[in-house]
Amino acid sequence: MIPSAFDFYAPRTLDEAIALLAEHGDEAKVLAGGQSLIPAMRFRLAAPAVLVDINGIGGLDGLRETNGHLAIGALTREAALEEYTFIRERYPLLADAAHVIADPLVRNRATVGGNLAHADPANDHPAVMLAYGAELAAHGPRGARTIPIDDFFTGMFSTSLEPDELLTEIRIPRPGPGSGGAYLKVERKVGDYAISAVAVQLTMDGPTIRTIRIALTNVSPTPIRAEEAERILTGQTLTDATLEAAGQAAAAACDPSADLRGSIEYKRDLTRVLVKRAVRRAAERATK
Amino acid sequence: MSDQLDPLRALDEAGERHLPDRVERHTPKPAGSSAIVETSHEVRVTTPATVCGMGHRMKRKEDPRFIQGRGTYVDDVKLPGMLYMDIVRSPYAHARITKIDASEALKVPGVLAVITGEDLKQAGNLHWMPTLMSDTQMVLPIEKVVYYAQEVCVVVATDRYAAADGVEKVVVEYDPLPVVVDPFEALKDETIVRDDKELKTNHIWHWEAGDREATEHVFRSAAKVVKQYMHIPRIHVASIETCGMVADFNKATGKLKIWMTSQAPHAHRTVFALVSGIPEHKIQIISPDIGGGFGGKVPVYPGYVCCVVASIVTGRPVKWIEDRSENLQADSFARDYHITAEMAADADGRITGLRVRTLADNGAADAAANPSKFPAGLYSICTGSYDMRAAHIAVDGVYTNKPPGGVAYRCSFRVTEAVHMIERMTDIMAHELGEDPAAFRLKNFIRPEQFPYRSPTGWEYDSGNYHAALKLAMEMIGYEELRREQAEKRTRGELMGIGISSFTEVVGAGPSRDYDILGIKMFDSAEIRIHPTGKAIARFGTKSQGQGHETTYAQIIAEELGIPAEHVEVEEGDTDTAPYGLGTYASRSTPTAGAAAAVAARKIRAKARTIAAYLLEVSEDDLEWSVDRWQVKGSPEQHKTIQDIAFAAYTNHPPGVEAGLEATDYYDPPNLTFPFGSYICVVDIDTGTGEVKIRRFVAVDDCGNIINPLVVEGQIHGGLTMGLAPALFEEIVYDENGQNLTGTFMDYLLPTAVETPKWEIGKTITPSPHHPIGAKGVGESPTVGAPPAIANAVVDALWHLGVRHIDIPITPQKVWKLLRDHGITE
Amino acid sequence: MSTHQITLTVNGASHSVQTEARTLLVHLIREQLNLTGTHIGCDTSSCGACTVIVNGRAIKSCTMFAVQADGATIETIEGLAGAGLHPLQEGFWEKHGLQCGYCTPGMIMSAKALLAQNPNPSEEEIRYGISGNLCRCTGYVKIVEAIQYAAAKLREQQTQEVPA
Repeated sequence: MIPSAFDFYAPRTLDEAIALLAEHGDEAKVLAGGQSLIPAMRFRLAAPAVLVDINGIGGLDGLRETNGHLAIGALTREAALEEYTFIRERYPLLADAAHVIADPLVRNRATVGGNLAHADPANDHPAVMLAYGAELAAHGPRGARTIPIDDFFTGMFSTSLEPDELLTEIRIPRPGPGSGGAYLKVERKVGDYAISAVAVQLTMDGPTIRTIRIALTNVSPTPIRAEEAERILTGQTLTDATLEAAGQAAAAACDPSADLRGSIEYKRDLTRVLVKRAVRRAAERATK
Repeated sequence: MSDQLDPLRALDEAGERHLPDRVERHTPKPAGSSAIVETSHEVRVTTPATVCGMGHRMKRKEDPRFIQGRGTYVDDVKLPGMLYMDIVRSPYAHARITKIDASEALKVPGVLAVITGEDLKQAGNLHWMPTLMSDTQMVLPIEKVVYYAQEVCVVVATDRYAAADGVEKVVVEYDPLPVVVDPFEALKDETIVRDDKELKTNHIWHWEAGDREATEHVFRSAAKVVKQYMHIPRIHVASIETCGMVADFNKATGKLKIWMTSQAPHAHRTVFALVSGIPEHKIQIISPDIGGGFGGKVPVYPGYVCCVVASIVTGRPVKWIEDRSENLQADSFARDYHITAEMAADADGRITGLRVRTLADNGAADAAANPSKFPAGLYSICTGSYDMRAAHIAVDGVYTNKPPGGVAYRCSFRVTEAVHMIERMTDIMAHELGEDPAAFRLKNFIRPEQFPYRSPTGWEYDSGNYHAALKLAMEMIGYEELRREQAEKRTRGELMGIGISSFTEVVGAGPSRDYDILGIKMFDSAEIRIHPTGKAIARFGTKSQGQGHETTYAQIIAEELGIPAEHVEVEEGDTDTAPYGLGTYASRSTPTAGAAAAVAARKIRAKARTIAAYLLEVSEDDLEWSVDRWQVKGSPEQHKTIQDIAFAAYTNHPPGVEAGLEATDYYDPPNLTFPFGSYICVVDIDTGTGEVKIRRFVAVDDCGNIINPLVVEGQIHGGLTMGLAPALFEEIVYDENGQNLTGTFMDYLLPTAVETPKWEIGKTITPSPHHPIGAKGVGESPTVGAPPAIANAVVDALWHLGVRHIDIPITPQKVWKLLRDHGITE
Repeated sequence: MSTHQITLTVNGASHSVQTEARTLLVHLIREQLNLTGTHIGCDTSSCGACTVIVNGRAIKSCTMFAVQADGATIETIEGLAGAGLHPLQEGFWEKHGLQCGYCTPGMIMSAKALLAQNPNPSEEEIRYGISGNLCRCTGYVKIVEAIQYAAAKLREQQTQEVPA
């Protein structure tokens, strides 16, 4: 399995990279971690004429926590997310997800930004960032802009990024007191995409859910939020009945396709179960 | 039971037009060489650590090169001027080829040649080749393709990147034909897979074992009969190294030198000689380090033949290395048996009979790697560990539009299918009778005093003690306590299951009167040469693919001759130097070549006695053997060590005796060996997600005498993992167009260290009475024994809900469906 | 189709080589540098047979272009042994952590990176740590034991180097 030939550029600055993307248009692809792109190229499912490798651009990686948010450089390797105690402590949803993305070797190359920008509904970060209500910073020839995550995914493998724009940073609002989160994924084996996975981020007010965002992985053509489930749970205490209602609402909201991972019915029902469990776990963490 | 659950009924109905003149029967003949043997729990060690004979936990001699990255696998072979071959494959499972246009491909820089079926035909009808089962298989097609990913033509280029570019540029036009994927549909003969054959039918063969009438009689008088349909799905060995070859035809010398991923290099050399017409002495096959075989490197694949042709055509060495997706999509598969089984029991809950109807999906050719007389392999071992009065087994082979096969997947010819069926049926019967599955087995086992045991299908089991193995497994896992826990959990709605499998394997094919491949008898060989300084080289007709032959064979020779195992160099895999043998598969190396090693060593020991008597100036009758020396009876200080004797063999050999000290043995086993074991698996089931978690798995194996406990443990761990894999994860899935949906490791799911439980193993030792060192073979027992233990555990967890059977692989989705169908949810 | 002159340090030796942009790192290592201990087992970044350590991190060298390794420091199985075997090599030998040997170099390199980050991993951490590497022969039990052996030995060496 050998990729088609291409021209390779390794810009050292953001502006150079953007200029290359602008120059080559649809012929060019951004190479970040390459853990989805390179296998696709080996199968010649992708055959870009130009690769713009952004790994050499300084300042695009690393984690920074400010008073308002956690900033994750787009080039931050997935493995880095597992290496900080503060992530485990304050961003358990992110920590949960980091541990179940692909496998440890892939996580050493794969990037958070690539996972999002690839916009594969099977990827894990889209749901995580939807649940966090993250904001994405992008850079293009017309300058920088921020995109709310809710506006980012426009279709299967497509985003609101322009072809000459680069995702540079992901900003997760810093969870306040009473916050908790969880990511629950059922996969056929380590390294697999989810049969279904559920991301939950919430804040508790005593026993009551004050705010909650729920998002789903690999059960729709695009990464989606389970908004009806969120509505059902907001302002409620955790009872079996409300959880069940929320789970059912999420199951109804998703639009899975049948494949080797499971039937439509299975994926919906699994989503229902995982929503209930993830909300419970997030709430437990919030009140701990 | 409804007809829907018995699709094989259709086979009986369709059978009329197939059966009468196409029945093959085979009943193995008794060997008469067995005796009752005692079971022990301790590994027998008779040599000191300095000698390191049998029973020592010797660190493997082959390891230093592997742990330093200095192994030599086929892809590591690099020759000057070497070219690379890549293959154009069919995107259709069944289609006429209307055009192959290579002109654009030939324009790709580096591309030197494109070879098509027509070219092979011109070269002497090389476009077809025989399979190991005397069927035929296309090398490259001329008229039509019969399976998805079939080889269509090959591109030869100066490097592998150019070859891949060339493949993309070959234009092939197809006219798609109706595809038959389902073997039951194939039996209707509406779409004929092999219209090259005279008989326009997809039915290949019908084969029976056992006594039909006696079995009918037993079933008529049965107090209880259970019946179940099950599918043992298609799986792939997926050794981490794929298949490959470097072929180097030297026009000047006429010699063809081949490095290939071969489990049977000698047999392959003979096949190449017969197919190509190149004289056999001008073909040298080297099977270098092999990155796992498991049966997948027994067949001759079209790619190998093309690679040889490419070298002959270009006059340069040519390398071909499969991609993983090619390996999973086109190489031989394993299993794919559709089984309807019935078991009869009497009023006391004793199994009395077994009746089995099976449809074997062979794909587009019968390319099974079986002994010639056994189209369904050794499947008739399926009465298993249980003493019953009668059994009858009928199997039909059928063509479909899928890659041809099948091979073993780390099991002796079709024994896994047999064991899965009998162990599932035994569990169903136990549950139906309301008996504990362990107690039911203990009641029905062949008793130790019945060995040698003649089975209703004609096998003579050499030795066994099934009660001891199961009781040990029960003790190790705390069986009674687990049953209590299960009952208590069930009251709370928690689902746990305990599954048992008490299997009997049959390995070591085999006695020459019954066993051959393409007519070549299934002996195996050892040649031992002792050097003047008492060191040795030993060569074998087998070929390790990770089994550790370089260590274990050396230990056998150390045991027999007292030469330290570290002083015995073991060589395999070069047909120019090694004695002829049938190769390594079906757990046959220890039973055959291991025996040959012992027998050849004993021949050397006999000559050593003559030399020692000469040196000590005593009669040979006055000498006795001790570890590494011949010594005078009653006066052991008068002795000659094997090293003394070796030196004398070259420097001071007795008059009238040949110089040198060497021997060869071609070992023709009197019978097969019958390893066995009892496995117990405990599972917990997530009622919300359908996930099955293996909490514990205890495996008690009995493989007779143990050569190297460390190696045996490793073989068992590995075998168990290749039992786990098809039980929970692996299956080759086709869509209705015959496209392989599981053609990469993203969907063909090999277990990682996370999914694999921490295996707990135990052993009993019941030697084989007919094998020179009492050993039986072990590499495949766990692959055979583990799947039903896992399946039985899952069904055990769900039986009270009304679930009687689940086909493997037991995926979360399947379990979820059963849970919801039976009203369990979260 | 661009070609590039790159420089990389492999097992301590500097190499300056010409590479086509699409050349996979694993092919450069195996075919241009002739270090054939690193293997190829799949096309989908699934099996880990090609694992090497690039700038301290274990990665799958079939899923990185050679040109991306310009300036990188790479460790392969061939560079592991010093005067004697590395404790991981010893562990795999002692504990029978390999059979056919094909996955072994990748498995060992993966384990090396794991132990560098976590010198005292639990069994579960080891199993997750090597979950990007497939082994078809061993059933992993003895691989886990081999890594535990090496971890203990490396910790011991660490303590000896820093006397109390």
